[in-house]
Amino acid sequence: MEDVAIIGVGLHPFGRFPGKSAFDMGADAVRAALHDAGVTWNDIQIAFGGSIEASNSDAIVNRVGLTGVPFHNVNNGCATAATALSMTANAIRYGQADIGIAVGMDKHPAGAFTGDPEELALPKWYAESGYYLTTLFFAMKINRYMHEFDIAPRTLAKVAAKNYRNGSLNPNAFRRKPLTEDQILESPMLNYPLTQYMYCAPDEGAAAAILCRADRAHEFTPTPIYLRASALKTRRLGAFEVHSPSMPVERIDGPTVDASRAAYEMAGVGPEDVDVAQIQDTEAGAEVIHMAENGFCKDGEQNLLLETGATEITGSIPINTDGGLIANGEPVGASGLRQVYELVNQLRGTAGDRQVPNDPRVGYAQLYGAPGVSGVSILTR
Amino acid sequence: MTQVPFAEGLFTWPADEPRLIGSRCPDCGVTTFPAQSSCPGCPSEKMDEVLLERRGTLWTFTTQEFRPKAPYKGPEDPDTDWQPYGVGYVDLGNAIRVESRLTESDPAKLHIGMEMELRIVPFGTDEEGNELVNFAFAPVQSDN
Repeated sequence: MEDVAIIGVGLHPFGRFPGKSAFDMGADAVRAALHDAGVTWNDIQIAFGGSIEASNSDAIVNRVGLTGVPFHNVNNGCATAATALSMTANAIRYGQADIGIAVGMDKHPAGAFTGDPEELALPKWYAESGYYLTTLFFAMKINRYMHEFDIAPRTLAKVAAKNYRNGSLNPNAFRRKPLTEDQILESPMLNYPLTQYMYCAPDEGAAAAILCRADRAHEFTPTPIYLRASALKTRRLGAFEVHSPSMPVERIDGPTVDASRAAYEMAGVGPEDVDVAQIQDTEAGAEVIHMAENGFCKDGEQNLLLETGATEITGSIPINTDGGLIANGEPVGASGLRQVYELVNQLRGTAGDRQVPNDPRVGYAQLYGAPGVSGVSILTR
Repeated sequence: MTQVPFAEGLFTWPADEPRLIGSRCPDCGVTTFPAQSSCPGCPSEKMDEVLLERRGTLWTFTTQEFRPKAPYKGPEDPDTDWQPYGVGYVDLGNAIRVESRLTESDPAKLHIGMEMELRIVPFGTDEEGNELVNFAFAPVQSDN
C-alpha cells in the first residue's frame, strides 16, 4: 500500500456570503489548493466532494474544468469532510490514482440545524415534538459530564474565550471578535447549561486538500505533510448519541473514542505525541469532552488544563488554534478540511500569528456529529 | 372534547395509568422506545411489544430556550406565548433510558438522579379541533 502525502491545501473563508453559491466557494477552495500544490485541475485523477446542502458537489467541475475526472459526491453527516479525505487517501493507497483532491463546501441557513427527521430514519413526531435539535444533545451530554466529573461552568467559558481569541488571529474565521469569559457566561441561555456564545453557528465556506502518493510528493513540494491515519466510526449500541429517542442504561464508549483508538493504532503514535489538535467544538462542552475522548487528558482534568492555559497556542497541547467551530462556524461539508488546512499550515510552520512554537511534527483532527459518527485524521511532517 | 395522542403507538391512551409502549428483543433482551420491528443489538427481526415503567430517575437534562424551526409543532402560540421546555433522559428500571420532554423547565428545580413519573399532557389541537396530548415526565415531588 502506498503512503499518502498532502501537497496542497486551499480554503474559502468561513462566514456568510450572500449571493455566492456553495459551488463557487468550493471552486475557489479548489483553485487555492491547486495553486498551493503547484498543479492544475488536469493533474487531478480522482476527486471526492463533500456537502450536505449541495446534493451534487460534482457541479464544481463546471467551474474548474470538465476533464472527465471520476468525481464522487460524499454526504456523511458531520463527518462528511473527514470521509471525503479518507476516501481520497484510500484511492491513492490502493493505487487507483497518484493525485487526488478532497473538497468540501456548504451553505447553511442561519440557526440551529433541524429538518426532516425521516432523512435519519427517525419518526416525524420526534421533530414535531421538539426533540430534533442537535443542540439539545450536546447540552445533555455536557450536563451529565459536568455532574460526573465536576466540570465548572467557567471551564466552558474559558474554552469559548480561547477559541474566539484564536479566531481573532485568523483572517478566514467567521467570528473574529474576542469575548470575555463573563460575556460568554452572561449571553442568553440556549440549552442549559450552554449559552449562546458557547455554541458555533451553521454557516458557509469551503476547503480542499490535494493528496499524492508519498513517493512522488517531493516533485511538488519541499514540505509534504503525511496523512498517517484516517479513521471513521459510527455509534455502537449503548453509546450516548445525538438524536436518540432511547438507549440502553448501560453505557459504552462513543464513536470518537473508537475512531481515535483506531487512528492512533494506524499512525503508530499516541496522544502524548500530538503537538497540535483541531477537535469538534460544536459548543464549548464538546471540546471539553472531546479532550478526554481523544486521549489528551483524563475525565475531570479539563478544569485544570483550561485554568493553566494548556490548550492555548503556546500551551502543552494546543487545541483549535484557528478558532475551531466556535469561531469559524460549521459549514458541515467543509469543516473537517478546514481542520486539515490549519494542521498543514501548523506543521509547515506557516500559520503566522497562530503558529504553535517548537516546530510541531504531529497534528490531529477530529469531527463528530449527527447521526453519531466520528472521523479522526493524524498528520505528520 | 376528545383527547387524541399526538402520534400513534407511543403510549397507552386513554388510560388511568398510561405507559410508554416500547419493544423488547426476545433473543438478546434489548429494549427500545419507540417500538421498532428489528433489533438494534442483534440480527433478530422480531421484537415483542413491552409497556415501560411509569417511574424512573433523571439521568441528564437540559432546557430548550429558543423556538425550534419547522417541522416543530409544539403547543405554544407561535406569535405570543413561547415558553422554554425541559428535555431529559429518564432511566426506567435497568431496561431503558428514554428521552422525554419534562413538565419542568426551570433548571434550578431539576437535578440529576431525581425521581420522575410519566404524564400525558396537552399538546395543542389538531385540524378538527381535538385536543392533542403527548408524553412528558414530571418530578415526583411536585405532585405532593
